[in-house]
Amino acid sequence: MKRFYLMLGVLTLALGAMLVYLLNANPSAPRAANQAPVNVVDDGFRGYTMGSDSAPVEVTEYGDFECPACAGFAVIQMPTIKEQLIATGKVRWRYRDYPLPMHPYSRLAAHAAQCAGEQGKFWEMHDQLFQNHSWAQTGKNPSGLFRDMARAAVLDIDKWDACMDSGRYAGRIEFSRHEGEEKLVNGTPTFYINGKMYTGRNNSDSFKAAIDSAAAAVRRK
Amino acid sequence: MRSRQAIALLALVGLFVALYLWLHQIGVGGELKCGTGGCDTVQASPWAHQLGIPVSFYGVVGYAAILAVTIAGLQPSRLERRGPTLVIAVLATGGVLFSAWLTYLELFVIHAICRWCVTSAVIMTAIWLASLFALRTPAPRTDP
Repeated sequence: MKRFYLMLGVLTLALGAMLVYLLNANPSAPRAANQAPVNVVDDGFRGYTMGSDSAPVEVTEYGDFECPACAGFAVIQMPTIKEQLIATGKVRWRYRDYPLPMHPYSRLAAHAAQCAGEQGKFWEMHDQLFQNHSWAQTGKNPSGLFRDMARAAVLDIDKWDACMDSGRYAGRIEFSRHEGEEKLVNGTPTFYINGKMYTGRNNSDSFKAAIDSAAAAVRRK
Repeated sequence: MRSRQAIALLALVGLFVALYLWLHQIGVGGELKCGTGGCDTVQASPWAHQLGIPVSFYGVVGYAAILAVTIAGLQPSRLERRGPTLVIAVLATGGVLFSAWLTYLELFVIHAICRWCVTSAVIMTAIWLASLFALRTPAPRTDP
């Protein structure tokens, strides 16, 4: 019986040590991707687009992946907009990052999407981040969740990890934010239709009316 | 006696697994180490809390209870009694049913598998089987 209690004691110590190790082992990579960069990098990138290059109207969205209003728009309004306006060639949609300072993991999410974009799956990751938005309400580091989403978006996870480790798009994201500031973005989501700030309601019907109007203006020119 | 010793060791491992998941869920430590699993997806799902309490905390309480009853049942004066084994079997049956429900949710509702949860389910099933085996085995006789 003494041998059993000795075994129990040794196992308790071993498991305790393992628990301490597991709780303290943090990856440094996502933190690098989450930091605001010192330098703003203009690499010529102007956002991922969805829709026809020849569409007469372009909508540019300045969004923040941690913003609940952006998630609501992406989940509720975007499916209709995609079906009725983007798929029909009426509009091309461009997404620009505008991480708000009060959102601690916004840059990390933007970087996760950029790293997916590197593999040609920006919009898949964009949808994952917005459709599973509970990560933004927990206040906890969502690095592991983003990794699960990257898997769900069928990304090469090793390449995505390496991209997140490098933090290589942090400067690009900051450039996008600066660009938004210059265009007087004052919240997210903010939209521009053919370069003009959209001030209507954020629902698909209002967008349809505004886009039809912008298309008519293009035709008149 | 051997079955109870095995149950105690299994319950101890299960307790640490549940403790790790619970501590992570209340914000202690960083990223959940999950290999290729979907632990964070499972932990962030609406089913990760039941009655406002993290599911992993039920695991902590369950394993701690099984461990306490088993250690008590290993005292020489209680070795011949079937009572502790019966209590362990009842607790483990509840644990197995709860684990089965959680595994169903992972597979068919959340569509993500948490390796730690699977580990816990395997441990709880092993405890349950060991308790059934102990119930069928005659209690050892100890000399006065």
